[in-house]
Amino acid sequence: MAEQTIGKISPNELLSETLRLKNDGYRLVAISCTNKEGIELTYSFDKEYDFINLRLNIDYDTTIESVSLIYPYAFLYENEITELFGVKITNISVDFDSTLYRIGVKTPFNEPKEEK
Amino acid sequence: MDKRTIIPFGPQHPVLPEPIHLDLVMEDEVVVQAIPQIGYVHRGLEKLVEKKDFQQYTFVAERICGICSFMHGMGYCMSVESIMDVEIPERAKFLRTIWSELSRLHSHLLWLGLTADAFGFESLFMHSWRLREQVLDIFEQTTGGRVIFSVVDIGGVRKDISEDMLKKIAALMDTFEKEVKEITDVFLNDASVKSRLVGVGVLTKQQAHDLGAVGPMARASGIEEDMRTQGYAAYGKINFKPIVAQSGDSYARTEVRIGEIFQSMDIIKQCIAIMPEGEIKVKIKGFPNGEYFTRLEQPRGEVIYYVKANGSKFLDRVRVRTPTFANIPALLETLKGCALADVPILILTIDPCISCTER
Amino acid sequence: MSILSITKTLFKSLLHGPYTEKYPYEKKVNFENTRGKIEINMPECIYCGMCERRCPTGAIKVEKELSKWSIQRLQCVQCSYCVEVCPKKCLTMDNQYTAPSFDKARDEYTNA
Repeated sequence: MAEQTIGKISPNELLSETLRLKNDGYRLVAISCTNKEGIELTYSFDKEYDFINLRLNIDYDTTIESVSLIYPYAFLYENEITELFGVKITNISVDFDSTLYRIGVKTPFNEPKEEK
Repeated sequence: MDKRTIIPFGPQHPVLPEPIHLDLVMEDEVVVQAIPQIGYVHRGLEKLVEKKDFQQYTFVAERICGICSFMHGMGYCMSVESIMDVEIPERAKFLRTIWSELSRLHSHLLWLGLTADAFGFESLFMHSWRLREQVLDIFEQTTGGRVIFSVVDIGGVRKDISEDMLKKIAALMDTFEKEVKEITDVFLNDASVKSRLVGVGVLTKQQAHDLGAVGPMARASGIEEDMRTQGYAAYGKINFKPIVAQSGDSYARTEVRIGEIFQSMDIIKQCIAIMPEGEIKVKIKGFPNGEYFTRLEQPRGEVIYYVKANGSKFLDRVRVRTPTFANIPALLETLKGCALADVPILILTIDPCISCTER
Repeated sequence: MSILSITKTLFKSLLHGPYTEKYPYEKKVNFENTRGKIEINMPECIYCGMCERRCPTGAIKVEKELSKWSIQRLQCVQCSYCVEVCPKKCLTMDNQYTAPSFDKARDEYTNA
């Protein structure tokens, strides 16, 4: 119900779409991640209550570029995703290198021997 | 060439309500840069969806935070209701609005007390928290608990408020307004308070937009954005406008939050006047299947709930993006160029709720 | 701009006296809706086990063969979900809190 647009894109288009939304005046609201038969990333943007989501479906080994060159404050979201899910993201502006939460287990949402 | 030293701030500090660590790079009493470190209260609540079914998870979602606990439960239930296409009764929507506004009232009074403690004005801190006790007594009489209510459920609410209790709350709001006005006049007009707040930590409108600030932090810099105008729960039937200030310093943020206290009392009185009769809960059948994003306005800003379900008893994923998580980069920007004695006040002006940030 | 603007509130609170309850000389009276602890009306219980399945923390244990219903007081979070789902309505929420204790004791009720 209500307005929830989810657009599917591929990893190569990620930076160009993000740059187009930034020049339009959108702000980055959240980056979410789900682990179910591959990794599903959702980037959410908002401008004056208009809510847009971009979705990427990748497998466990793909590396994607960070959007912190365009939106500098995305570093917190991306550090959390690398630490909890083990997704490979390169060029984060402030990289904590998996010490943001310092948990005992390595990537708790993406244990290598579990199957969903 | 000035010498640079690094001073660690936190995680234990008398002024912080919850642990956060900052490494302050200083040049002779002026802060040049701040590097944050969070993760002291990480409990892994998002992983509990694998063990608790979707109705038991309401109780876990409420316990993410102690100050904004009702709205966490409400946001989770609203997401699941949207996935299952369930329409809750009108009276339940109004009851949820009343409890949300009472939560906002008690959270802002708590924040006022902590700010007064940050610049050393202890008697003002104690008076603000004394007024907050009256709101907590209303909670205990209507829901049974002071901090964690356990009153919201998928399909409506679990307890009703009787007619006399509603009249009592409306009458209490009138006397409460006079008492709160005495305390907030001290915050806004006293010379010693103003000398600590005016001109400290300025955030311009362009900076607030570029850094993604939400809530009173963004509204104090001139950005007019309040999720309550979208009309979820009963807000579509109530008249109110978002409160905005222009100067962008700590004094403007105090003004915005004090304005929201009086606005909340007005909204509660409007709700009680037009409250409809009827049921308070709808029975739900079956399991949810689908996904949904819900956006709410907590006392600290805009919060997003993402729930993904797959048709069985257990959910796939629940993700909560809390407002303090979005305000931390704005905090790091305002810390540049301030004196060391202003650091506690600037950390408190974003209203940090660290246990929400690191569920 | 004013100075010493809190003097009016200060004088009012000096004349009013303490705002807190003088515990332990006067005890606090709980409101009637306060969620204190769970009580059970044992003769009505049919040992169906619904309360055990629905409890979010797993504090309740029902044993049908021994006619025993037990609850671990320190694990219960007083959510009153069990009160809602009981088909015989034999569970109620009392408004007095559990007494503090050192160990994790279970309270057991039998109907043997």
